[in-house]
Amino acid sequence: MVRDYLYPEYEVVRDRDKCIACRVCERQCANEVHRYDEELEKMTADSSKCVNCHRCVCLCPTHALKIVKSDHTFKVNANWTNEAISDVIRQAGTGATLLASMGNPQEYPVYWDKMLINASQVTNPSIDPLREPMETRTYLGKKPHKIERDKKGDIVPNTPPRIELSTPIMFSAMSYGSISYNAHASLARAAQELGILYNTGEGGLHKDFYKYGPNTIVQVASGRFGVYEDYLNAGAAIEIKMGQGAKPGIGGHLPGAKIVGDISRTRMIPEGTDAISPAPHHDIYSIEDLRQLVFSLKEACDYKKPVIVKIAAVHNVAAIASGIARSGADIIAIDGYRGGTGAAPKRIRDNVGIPIELALASVDQRLRDEGIRGDVSVVVGGSIRNSADIVKAIALGADAVYIATSALLALGCHLCRSCQAGKCNWGIATQVPELVRRLNPDDGAERLVNLVNAWTHEIKEMMGGMGINSIEALRGNRLMLRGIGLNEKELEILGIKHAGE
Amino acid sequence: MKRVYAKEEWCLGCHLCEYQCAFANSGLKNMVYALKGKKINPRIQVEGDNKISLAVQCRHCDEPLCVYGCISGALSKDENGTVVIDTEKCVGCFTCILSCPYGAIMPSDDHKAVQKCQLCLNNSVGEPACVKGCPNRALVYEEIPD
Amino acid sequence: MLYKEGENGNRIPSGCAISGIFSKSGKRINGEDIIKSISVMHDRSNGLGGGFAGYGIYPEYKRQYAFHVFYDSNDAKEVCERYLDRHFDVINLSKIPITRIPEIKDEPLIWRYFVDPLPTKLAASQLDEKEYVVRCVNKINTQLDGCYVFSCGKNMGVFKAVGYPEDVGRFYRLNEYEGYCWTAHGRYPTNTPGWWGGAHPFAMLDYSIVHNGEISSYDANRRFIEMYGYKCSLLTDTEVITYITDYLLRKQGLTLEEMASVVAAPFWSTIEHMEEPKRSRLLYLRNTFASLLITGPFSILLGFTGGMMALNDRLKLRSMVVGEKSDMVYIASEECAIRVVQPDLDKIWAPRGGEPVIVKLNEEAMGGIM
Repeated sequence: MVRDYLYPEYEVVRDRDKCIACRVCERQCANEVHRYDEELEKMTADSSKCVNCHRCVCLCPTHALKIVKSDHTFKVNANWTNEAISDVIRQAGTGATLLASMGNPQEYPVYWDKMLINASQVTNPSIDPLREPMETRTYLGKKPHKIERDKKGDIVPNTPPRIELSTPIMFSAMSYGSISYNAHASLARAAQELGILYNTGEGGLHKDFYKYGPNTIVQVASGRFGVYEDYLNAGAAIEIKMGQGAKPGIGGHLPGAKIVGDISRTRMIPEGTDAISPAPHHDIYSIEDLRQLVFSLKEACDYKKPVIVKIAAVHNVAAIASGIARSGADIIAIDGYRGGTGAAPKRIRDNVGIPIELALASVDQRLRDEGIRGDVSVVVGGSIRNSADIVKAIALGADAVYIATSALLALGCHLCRSCQAGKCNWGIATQVPELVRRLNPDDGAERLVNLVNAWTHEIKEMMGGMGINSIEALRGNRLMLRGIGLNEKELEILGIKHAGE
Repeated sequence: MKRVYAKEEWCLGCHLCEYQCAFANSGLKNMVYALKGKKINPRIQVEGDNKISLAVQCRHCDEPLCVYGCISGALSKDENGTVVIDTEKCVGCFTCILSCPYGAIMPSDDHKAVQKCQLCLNNSVGEPACVKGCPNRALVYEEIPD
Repeated sequence: MLYKEGENGNRIPSGCAISGIFSKSGKRINGEDIIKSISVMHDRSNGLGGGFAGYGIYPEYKRQYAFHVFYDSNDAKEVCERYLDRHFDVINLSKIPITRIPEIKDEPLIWRYFVDPLPTKLAASQLDEKEYVVRCVNKINTQLDGCYVFSCGKNMGVFKAVGYPEDVGRFYRLNEYEGYCWTAHGRYPTNTPGWWGGAHPFAMLDYSIVHNGEISSYDANRRFIEMYGYKCSLLTDTEVITYITDYLLRKQGLTLEEMASVVAAPFWSTIEHMEEPKRSRLLYLRNTFASLLITGPFSILLGFTGGMMALNDRLKLRSMVVGEKSDMVYIASEECAIRVVQPDLDKIWAPRGGEPVIVKLNEEAMGGIM
């Protein structure tokens, strides 16, 4: 309807002097923004279709394109922002829930950016990672409580099953379906080369990827898609997904249009049916039910694989984590409110959950207060943006981090937050064969390996600066952090001092 | 020998290789000056449609029909196996165009001689510009043993 | 401003000198030697702390726990003694003899008690004897104002004060004590007004630690060990290392070598290349006690009943040398501290990073001290 018209938020700007009308932009835009006008002999653009994914910007051989934020505006209002007004108009027109994707983009505090890292001066030496060994190897899983010895006095190796990582970084859950075959291939190959793990998400495991099993975490979520015995035994660990940072408290929905071919086979559901993951697990209405599922899965894999329980960071996360630590789970994964998604209701993504930094700090402290920190490893995700975030997370108490948005950025994602449309121009969040083909796993895997290696180098540099040469001496070492611009309560929750103290 | 190979599986049909080729062989330093307002005549051509596509250029055949058929000695194989053209010698008879099974030789802009891919070894790029400019590694420049 | 150790949550790093003398045959060495040894490393201290631990010094009370206590006032002493009476059978008590010298000022009241746990209380606590003693000492140190038990082992004692170590030794009249093992410490703290309890050695039961260095893993170690009933109230490296030692040796029953391979664990790459079963054992230990790996520079001397262990961090970021002469073993931050008491050595070497040097009494001598 005419009255629903909203001026595009972003505009395509073409430098006519530079444009050679090669039409790459036209061919590469799945949203059909660009068009060559035969009569005018010129390229034209329809900004209203543009999602600001930068595919055309990157591929334009003469760099004639840019996307700018429109200066079109409603009457400026600090309360009724452009976004708030537009959302109302949109919903008045459709009567529908607003859909969104990727992580919460709102202006909440980013606590990573309010913490600073220490370095050695005089009283103890910094260590040069180029000259001395610098260890990032990480094991995830339970630690034995008590040393046991056999009759000869030798130590009995009573370590429960665990995961070994060359560096404390894993690729977090993204299902085959929400992302493409080639995106999965890239993640799997990179994980193998890096000596880390990637996560299937709730989409099953494509038969082609069973060979990456030692570098795979297989997920069991509320829809149980693709779960069967071989699947549970295929990976290095099993993850029970209770919640997701981007949409705590709700399930998932992959539309039938995307359930085609291999996706239908891998999820083990008929082609064209909607894949609906219920909001809760309908066999888990309480913590003791979780314990039963944990042990069912352990039975299924003969107690050979660690079980991860993934939850969204919500208000009473510390108490929940304590319950999980006592449920038999080996690892707790916590996903902060900035965590990404392929599709979520916008209001939930933007308003539900708490920051991962605070969740991590309170969970780690709570588990220590209860003396059960050794019973579980803690993995955190939900917007780890760089190596400094990782160093801070580990110093707060995390054993390792999950990255997904960063991994997608490495694969070409430009965070246009339009995954739900299924027309990802970068071949990631799409199942359209012509688009999927745009992500060559040779390239994708290499870029992921580059990213993780670069971060690991930086982690080592920062550790060396602190005079620490092994990641376990950084873990929970909160004296290595200082807050900046934080109030007393925030410092108390984070368990750190203010800069200058 | 090292050749440019096209990987159809990864070709997006974006035609960027054609523009990179035309630019590389223009002798100019700026793509806009080189190509703006002109109809390009690249030595590499993307065949196919949106579903399946593939970039084709000279294969530098071990048994080069074009060289055998050249009446003026303008086409020859150099020491590396690259099929090269001496435009000074070319008389524009286009026998080679008719004999090439890949359609990889075409008349030059002025139609006085022919042009073909010489792997950018003859121009200022020094390595195949199409390979360098491919956004999806659908073109590779490598030696694949027989 | 300056803080007392642990006050306001402030951690106080310090550099130091350490020295140790040990007779494997159990020969009783006069305290004079260890004073001489530590005094040549005068420049490694700054006068804000010095101390000694002697083993085998109380043969007449070798079955009792010897408590050395600082009191701020007579009131504090009364409170503490009432507590001791309720939990222990006090066999003997006295002031610790001192010589007043100008270099040592503002001394607290310093008392010594030889005690046995009260059997009824011990039984009611359902704890083993050592744990009972530890808990009582922690209670006094954390809850009774102005009282600080700084030594509580059997047939051993810690002597420490604010001052240079050689002055501290004279102050405590160590020439009147003889023992088979002595360790000493000179302290160079960077932010303390000098509190006597903050000087080193730091002791718990018969474990005593002197340490030189500043560990970078401090808070990781502290936050882990505090899960097991320890409370790091002084926020010094030595305190947390002592608790780690106690946890690994006494509570987990590790051997000294195993403990060394936890706190100064070999690199993963080194472990990978070891022969089985050593490889699996070290992999197990390092992984199981990952949070007790100590990084950053340290050299420590751990004294315990019948033995002494020296250990450097795995990169050997602190100097430490070992000398031997017949049954005598000398360990110090600097070679000069050994040569000054024994110029004629059979052997002298610098142990590698992470490689423990363990000396123990021979069997006959061991029988004598128990």
